[in-house]
Amino acid sequence: MAGEARRTGARDDGRPDTRRPGAPWSETPDSLQGVSTRDTDWEGVRLHVVTGKGGTGKTTVASALALALASGGKRVLLIEVEGRQGIAQVFDCPPLPYEERKIAVAPPSATQEGGDVFALVADPESALLEYLEMFYNLRHAGKALTRLGVMDFATTIAPGLRDVLLTGKAAEAVRRKKAGKLVYDAVVMDAPPTGRIGRFLNVTSEVSGLARVGPIRAHADTVQKVMHSAETAVHFVTTLEEMPVQEVLDGIAELRGLEGGAIQVGGIMINMVRPLELPAGQVRELAAGSVDEHELALGLKAAGLDDTVRLAADLAAELTEHAVAAVSQEQQRSKLAEPGQPCYDLPLIPDGMDLGGLYRLAWALRDQGAA
Amino acid sequence: MGEITPPPLGVDRLIDDRRIRVIVCCGSGGVGKTTTAAAIGLRAAERGRHVVVLTVDPARRLAQSMGLTSLDNTPRPVPFPDRGDSTPGGSLHAMMLDMKRTFDEIVEAHADPDRAAQILANPFYQSLSSGFSGTQEYMAMEKLGQLRRADEWDLIVVDTPPSRSALDFLDAPQRLGRFLDGRLIRLLVVPAKVGGRAYVKVLNAGFGMVTGVLTKVLGGQVLKDVQTFVSALDTMFGGFRERADYTYRLLRAPGTAFLVIAAPEPDALREASYFVERLAQEGMPLAGLVLNRVHRSPAARLSAARSMAAAETLAADGQTDPPHALTIAALRLHAERMQLVAAERRVAGHFTTAHPHVPVAEVPAQPDDVHDLAGLGAVGDSFSAG
Repeated sequence: MAGEARRTGARDDGRPDTRRPGAPWSETPDSLQGVSTRDTDWEGVRLHVVTGKGGTGKTTVASALALALASGGKRVLLIEVEGRQGIAQVFDCPPLPYEERKIAVAPPSATQEGGDVFALVADPESALLEYLEMFYNLRHAGKALTRLGVMDFATTIAPGLRDVLLTGKAAEAVRRKKAGKLVYDAVVMDAPPTGRIGRFLNVTSEVSGLARVGPIRAHADTVQKVMHSAETAVHFVTTLEEMPVQEVLDGIAELRGLEGGAIQVGGIMINMVRPLELPAGQVRELAAGSVDEHELALGLKAAGLDDTVRLAADLAAELTEHAVAAVSQEQQRSKLAEPGQPCYDLPLIPDGMDLGGLYRLAWALRDQGAA
Repeated sequence: MGEITPPPLGVDRLIDDRRIRVIVCCGSGGVGKTTTAAAIGLRAAERGRHVVVLTVDPARRLAQSMGLTSLDNTPRPVPFPDRGDSTPGGSLHAMMLDMKRTFDEIVEAHADPDRAAQILANPFYQSLSSGFSGTQEYMAMEKLGQLRRADEWDLIVVDTPPSRSALDFLDAPQRLGRFLDGRLIRLLVVPAKVGGRAYVKVLNAGFGMVTGVLTKVLGGQVLKDVQTFVSALDTMFGGFRERADYTYRLLRAPGTAFLVIAAPEPDALREASYFVERLAQEGMPLAGLVLNRVHRSPAARLSAARSMAAAETLAADGQTDPPHALTIAALRLHAERMQLVAAERRVAGHFTTAHPHVPVAEVPAQPDDVHDLAGLGAVGDSFSAG
């Protein structure tokens, strides 16, 4: 697991040198190791769970991650579990059914082939019907059960079952094989928000209070194994605002302290980052309100603009406001460094999110080693 | 551009209207719902009303923004400073929903002590009362009903649960009520009941299949727990649905106003659209849309394109002295801001095109996070417009 060593350190620690020159027992020549495909921070992870506070762009980032993972000729499945049709909106296509269908192609680059992203909107009722059919050949009874309210009961009322059906679908896709080969190279799950993520993923303890034995328990145990394996990592999406950042920190602590054992924490994707191209010291000065309006006005004049004094005053106000935000964002960023997980920056797409913007985010993730 | 301007939403007029007794803030997650509810509560208190703010958010955000260390199931007073123009006599309370305790209280109020103890100890009840997401919505509406009946406050501001979708809090109570009072429950309870004969005709073949499937899926123990739970709950049958119906009627009553909260982003406004349509369909009174975190520019006369071009001119001319680094940064920033403003206008315009009669109040983006009463006050001040 190449990701193993790196997980503990922050990104700027540099990537550990996994080669061991001079180790006499090393059978692989050093030169061959470097030849393998491009190294990422999450080698060995096949189920990428993406969570975050509402409004931070969780679905967008999950979609971008799926695209990034698909580049290089890979097959990636993107699963949505909250029935919001968020993926369809991100990819600007009609609502998606409970069915895996190809939704996007990762464009090839000079060195990489393209790849395919498939999408699935998993809803608990369909998952339960599928499960009943798979194990008990009961699909035809589904309608009658739905009418009686059994499906309603089983998927929304029975605590934990709903979650186990959804995580179960992801676990199944991760492990699915066709002709001895894995069907998907990676699965990305657009998961519930951070406030619910621990409960959502910690399948067994959720269900164990109810089903002590029986098939759903067996199913839950299988899912549990996948969730707690090194094949699964949970990524957190945040913006550099206080409350989303606090939720990331709480969420990471929760996953690390789960009763049934920790679930691997992945990267922190910092979304909607707006860089200010000035030195940090100057930003702090600007935030304190000391914008040199005269200097600004001179610059505006040099640029050939009119009414420079008033314009300078207005731009100074804007600059100060932005600097105040930038300073508070830097504070949030230093908090995000505390858990020691890799952080990835995703730029704000100022003219509104569209497919082009999505690809930009995908390449940003790739360039930084997230995929 | 033929842009449609929405009618302005007068939040102050709304909170000054003494006939309004309940304001429900709804919208998708992450749009600043809790902050808005708290800001409205504070402003209403400043304007002389006796307000309680009910939040159901487990992240305790309201607690943070109101300077409280914890909120529990009872309304706590929130002291607020007189900012000079307050109408005297107002008061502010805040509370956070403890859904398990609310559920427990219903059980205790409706069952004799032995039976209540039996229900509270049942594993199915414990999961239902703390684990099921619909329970939160149900209990939020239950609490709202309780506060309204208590009649100690003349305005209740409700922050709806952070649901998967904004509509959940309307649907979940009914769903839970339907389930608890429903056919399936009656069906399940039959074996535990003496003289369940009356049901036999209805059930016959169906019953075996249902319990068969549920046993297969959930295991026998779960089913037994459910049956025990339901038979213990027997005295409360009818009650749950009735209670859900009561709050539902309360939501439709004239003293209630809904505010849909959104941020100027496509997802949030799409949810807001659904919500507006749904409220109309249910005959529930919509007061308007609060659009949070709206970006503006004091230098809007300089377009994004011209600002960017000016920055390029200066950057290309890098040899000059001074090098104008500050101006270049300011111009690029401004261009970006103008793009953002335009993008926000576009999505807000889509909403207004679809719902031209829905009044809108815009709350400007705050440069820093709102985490204290002063911040809430500043948000509240933006309500004076319109």
